[in-house]
Amino acid sequence: MDVILFLVFAIIAVLCAINVVVQTHPIASALSLIGVMGSLAVLYLLLGAEFIAAAQVIVYAGAVMVLFVFVIMLLNAGEEVHRGRSFVVQVLGAPLLIALLGLLVYFAQRLFPGAPMVRFGAFRGGTAVAVGRALFTQYLLPFEVTSVLILIAILGAIVLARKELD
Amino acid sequence: MNAVPLSWYLTLSGVLFTLGAAGFLFRRNIITVFMSIELMLNAVNLSFISFSYAFRRVDGQIFTFFVMVVAAAEAAVGLAIILTVFKNRNTLNIDDLNSMKDEYQPAQPEEASETAPVSVP
Repeated sequence: MDVILFLVFAIIAVLCAINVVVQTHPIASALSLIGVMGSLAVLYLLLGAEFIAAAQVIVYAGAVMVLFVFVIMLLNAGEEVHRGRSFVVQVLGAPLLIALLGLLVYFAQRLFPGAPMVRFGAFRGGTAVAVGRALFTQYLLPFEVTSVLILIAILGAIVLARKELD
Repeated sequence: MNAVPLSWYLTLSGVLFTLGAAGFLFRRNIITVFMSIELMLNAVNLSFISFSYAFRRVDGQIFTFFVMVVAAAEAAVGLAIILTVFKNRNTLNIDDLNSMKDEYQPAQPEEASETAPVSVP
């Protein structure tokens, strides 16, 4: 059952990710990206990260992607115009990407020989209680600093996107 | 047959990261490039959660939480920058947005004459 669930959602994630890159219209890319995020949330759930799975759906697939869709609609972004790519990307892009993929897959297969098998329900440390306890004791300072970061980001977004009031 | 090797998850994470990098390199629309970055962040999050499972510790999930928060802040600021760039240059193609490379071309004067009567009353 675990294998079936993993394979189904991994294949959905990879197909949607390919669609993100291949589609020429940004709105199609955005909808495919929501598919990737949704299937990743299921995989998080299989890995025992309940809280992060919920946050993935709410924050990423909900808030961030709504922001993306808003901006795409607002700017009325159409099909992208294809012009000549830069020479460096044309020559080196595909070989470098294949090398990167090969390295990542090699490390994933070889670097952790003693890694345990993933069985749903074997690790129950990802509940909201456990995450909250770690967040507010061991990681309290980073958490507070993050709130300052978000405040700065809000101010920056408002300053950048406001209308000129002259 | 009831359990999945951890390396499958890490491999999936690598595949998603490479696809995000491919989108970053090959796409010309600035919004799609930005979405490719989000795809790469998601791939990294998956490997964080996988290691969190492997070590039976919650720390990887905390890291994922922070990555999500920073990604949300980054999306807000980045999309505001895209809005401003589009307002000033009227293009989303990153081939046209090379003013740090070439000389700066000032905005067309007819835009200013259009907006001037609106602001008078």
